[in-house]
Amino acid sequence: MSTDTLPGTSRSRPRPTLRESLRRVASAAVTPLEVDDVLDVFHPLRSGAALRGRIVDVQPETDESATIVIKPGRDWAGHVPGQYVRIGVDVDGTRLWRTYSLTHGPRADGCISLTVKAIPGGVVSQHLVHRTRPGQMLQLEQAEGAFVLPQPVPDKLLLVTAGSGITPVIGMLRNLFSRATPAATDIVLVHVNASEAAAIFRDELRALGADGRITLIERYDDQHGLLDVAHPESGLAALVPDLDQRLTYACGPAGLLDALEQHHAERGLQLTTERFRPVVLADLGGLSGGPVSFADGSLVEADGGVPILDAAEAAGVLMPSGCRMGICMGCVLPLMDGAVRDLRNGALTVAVPGETDPAGVPIQTCISAAAGACSINH
Amino acid sequence: MTVINKKPNNPIENLTPEDVEQIGIELDAIRQDVLDSRGEKDAAYIRRVVGVQRKLELGSRAVLLVSILPPAWVLGTAGLSVAKILENMEIGHNVMHGQWDWMRDPKIHSTTWEWDNASTAEAWKHSHNEVHHTYTNIVGKDNDLGYGIMRVDEDQKWHPMYLAQPLWNFLNACFFEYGIAAYDLELGKNLRIPKEKRSEVFKRNTKSTLAKIRKQASKDYVVNPLLALPTGSLLPTLAANVTANLVRNLWTHSVIMCGHFPEGVETFERKSIDPNETRGDWYVRQMLGSANISGSKGMHLMTGNLSHQIEHHLFPDLPSSRYAEVAPRVKAIFARYDLNYHEASLPAQVYSAWHKVVRLSLPNGFLATTTVKNAPEQAKLLWAMSTKGSKVRRAAQARLQQQARKLEVAKAA
Ligand SMILES: Cc1cc2nc3c(=O)[nH]c(=O)nc-3n(C[C@H](O)[C@H](O)[C@H](O)COP(=O)(O)OP(=O)(O)OC[C@H]3O[C@@H](n4cnc5c(N)ncnc54)[C@H](O)[C@@H]3O)c2cc1C
Ligand code: FES
Repeated sequence: MSTDTLPGTSRSRPRPTLRESLRRVASAAVTPLEVDDVLDVFHPLRSGAALRGRIVDVQPETDESATIVIKPGRDWAGHVPGQYVRIGVDVDGTRLWRTYSLTHGPRADGCISLTVKAIPGGVVSQHLVHRTRPGQMLQLEQAEGAFVLPQPVPDKLLLVTAGSGITPVIGMLRNLFSRATPAATDIVLVHVNASEAAAIFRDELRALGADGRITLIERYDDQHGLLDVAHPESGLAALVPDLDQRLTYACGPAGLLDALEQHHAERGLQLTTERFRPVVLADLGGLSGGPVSFADGSLVEADGGVPILDAAEAAGVLMPSGCRMGICMGCVLPLMDGAVRDLRNGALTVAVPGETDPAGVPIQTCISAAAGACSINH
Repeated sequence: MTVINKKPNNPIENLTPEDVEQIGIELDAIRQDVLDSRGEKDAAYIRRVVGVQRKLELGSRAVLLVSILPPAWVLGTAGLSVAKILENMEIGHNVMHGQWDWMRDPKIHSTTWEWDNASTAEAWKHSHNEVHHTYTNIVGKDNDLGYGIMRVDEDQKWHPMYLAQPLWNFLNACFFEYGIAAYDLELGKNLRIPKEKRSEVFKRNTKSTLAKIRKQASKDYVVNPLLALPTGSLLPTLAANVTANLVRNLWTHSVIMCGHFPEGVETFERKSIDPNETRGDWYVRQMLGSANISGSKGMHLMTGNLSHQIEHHLFPDLPSSRYAEVAPRVKAIFARYDLNYHEASLPAQVYSAWHKVVRLSLPNGFLATTTVKNAPEQAKLLWAMSTKGSKVRRAAQARLQQQARKLEVAKAA
C-alpha cells in the first residue's frame, strides 16, 4: 500500500456541504421518519418534496366538465402545451391515478390547469368535476407526452378534436395566442361534439374564430349527424379543401382517430394523435387469468380480461402507474415467471426462469392481463 | 385458568356447529358494512392523527431544547411521551396491520411504515400479524402469551424459577420495546441453536434490528440531547427521552397485557384446534381470547383502540377508528349466544392481569389457600417446594390442590 494514495482518496470524496450535514443531523434526529415527512406537515409544496399541487380554483365549463387550476409544488419543471400530467386524487379516501392534458401554456401565475369531462360512471372524472374544492391537495408527476407542435410552428395546421379531446389543443392555441406577437400560422380547427351544450370551450373558440386567428369548423352530432371522415361530400376533405397542405393533429375518441388514421394513410398524409384510452380487444373477457404473486408475498387472483394493475390495486397492492393506457411506461414491472397477455392486441409475453432475462421481462401492467399464474418482482 | 376444553363449564360446549357458522355470518356482515362505508372521513381521521402526532413530537422536542427550565422539562417530557404512545399505538400498530392500505397512500401503508420502536416493522409484522393474530391464545403457539418466558397457564408445570416471573414481567414492561424486538427475533429459541446452525433469516433480521436500535438510541440519547447542549439542557433532554420511552413502554405493556391476560380470558389447547378450523371457529376463538378496556374516548385513542381488543381481533384490518362503532353489535352477538364479553376498566384489567402473573408464579392453589394466619407455614412450604427437589414438589402440589378444591366446595355451599 503506497502512502500517496491516502490523500488521493480523501480528496476524491468531496466534503459534505453545510446543507447536507444539517440534513444528516436532522434525519438522525427524526428517524424512523424522513426529514421530508416532517417538513411535509408544514410545507407540502416546498422544493424537495414529493411533487404535489393545491387546487386553487374549480371553474365549471359545461354541465359535465370543469377546469381545475392547480398550484404545483416548487419542483414543477414546466411543460410544453399539448403535454399531459398524471395526477393522484383521493376519491372516497382512496388514491387513484389518472392522466389529464394541460390546458394552458406556461402561465404567469405559475399555476397549471386541466379540464375534465365527467364520464358517466367515471370514478375520478365525476369526482373532479362535481366534488373537488379549492384547497384540496393532489399528487402530481412531471408533465410528459409527445403530442406537441413542432418548432418552428408550421405555416398550415389542421387540428381535429372531439369532445374532451379539445383539451391538449386548447393548451396549444392559448399558448400561440398569448404571445406578444401571435403566431402567423394558418390554423383550421374541426371541433366535433354531441351538441352545442356539451362543447367545452365553445365560446372561447368562437372568439378566436371571430378574431380571425383560427378557422373554426363546428360539427354537432345532433345537428349535422355523426362525422364520417372519409365521406366525399360531407367528410374532412369537403370541410377542409386544402387538407393536403396541412399538418394534422387530432385528439378524440378511438372511432374518430381510427378513421382519421386510415384516411390520412390513404392520402399519404402525416398525422399526430393523442388517445385517452387504449384500444382493447373486445373478446378477451372470457379468457382465464390466474394468480399473480408479488415479491412482497401478496397473491392476487386476476381475471384474464382485467389489467394486472387494476386487479392488484383492487387487492390493496401499491402499484406504480401513470397514464393507465400503455403509453408512459410508468407501470412497468419485471415479470419473473409466467405469461401475460397484451389487452390491446392479445400478444403473449412469457418469462421463464433460467431462459429469459434473470432480472425479469419488463411488462406494462396497465395493459397486461394474467394468462395463467405469474410472478412479478415488486 | 385452564385451556378452554378442559374446563368443567366450557363456554363453547353449548354452541352447535350451526351456531358457530351463524356467528361467522353475522360478524362477516358487520365487517362488510364497515368496508362499504369506509371512505373520505376515515382517511381524514388517520391523516389528522398523523399530523397531530408529528406536531406534538416536534413541539415537545423543541420545548426540550430548553429543558434546563423545569416547566419546559415537564411539558416536553409529557408531550414526547404522549407522542410516542400515539405513534406506536393508534398509528404504527394499526398502519402495520394494513388498516389503512385501502387508501393506497404510500406514506400511510403497511408495506412502507417504519415505527418508533426497537423492533423493525418487518419482524414485528411477521410475529404479530401472522403468528399472534392467527394462533391467538393457543398455548405453545402464540408467544404473546408470556413471550415464551412465563408461566401463563395452570397446565404449564410449576417450577421454582417462575417465582421470579412478576419481576421479569415488570422488567419486561420497563424495557418493553426491547422485549418485543427480542420476541420478534425469537431470540430465546435462536440463541439455543449453535451459532453456525442459525438460519440466514435470523442473522439478517438480527442485523437489521441492531441497526434499527442503534438509530433509535442515537436519536433519543445522543442527537437530541446534543442539540440541547447550547442551552445547557443536554442532561435534562437525555432524561426526558429516557422517561418518555419508559412511560411509553409501561403504558404499551399494560395495554397489551389487558388484551389477552386478565383472569377469565380463555386459552386454547393446540391439539383441540381443528386444522380445518372454519371462519366461524376462528371468530369464536378471537371472541373468547380477548378482553376489552372500558373508558373515555381519549383512553381509547391512547391505547390505539386496542381497548377494543375483541373487535380488533375479530377485524384486525378494519380501521381502528371504527371499532367503537361496531362494538355494540359485536356485544349483542356475545349476548345472544351467552358468551362472556370480557370488559372492564383499565385499573381493573391491569390488576387482574398482574394478579394472574403473581398467581401463576406460585404453585397451583397456593394463593387460594394462603391467609394472613397461615402465611408463615405457607412460606415454609414454598421454600421446601423450591429447594427440595421434584418429589417434594409433586407431593406438596397435590396437597395444595386438594385444599384449594375443598375451599371452593365450601365456598359454593
Ligand atoms: C394522455 C391522456 C390525456 C387525457 N386527457 C384528458 C383530459 O384532458 N380531459 C379528460 O376529461 N380526460 C382525459 N383523459 C382521460 C382520463 O385520464 C380518464 O381516463 C377519464 O377521466 C376517465 O376516468 P374515470 O376515473 O372517470 O373513469 P373510470 O372510472 O376509470 O372508467 C369508467 C368507465 O368509463 C370508461 N372510460 C374511461 N375513460 C373514458 C373516456 N376517456 N371516454 C369514455 N369512456 C371512458 C371506462 O372504460 C369505464 O367503463 C386523458 C387520458 C390520457 C391517457
Ligand atoms: S401506466 Fe402508462 S404505460 Fe402503463
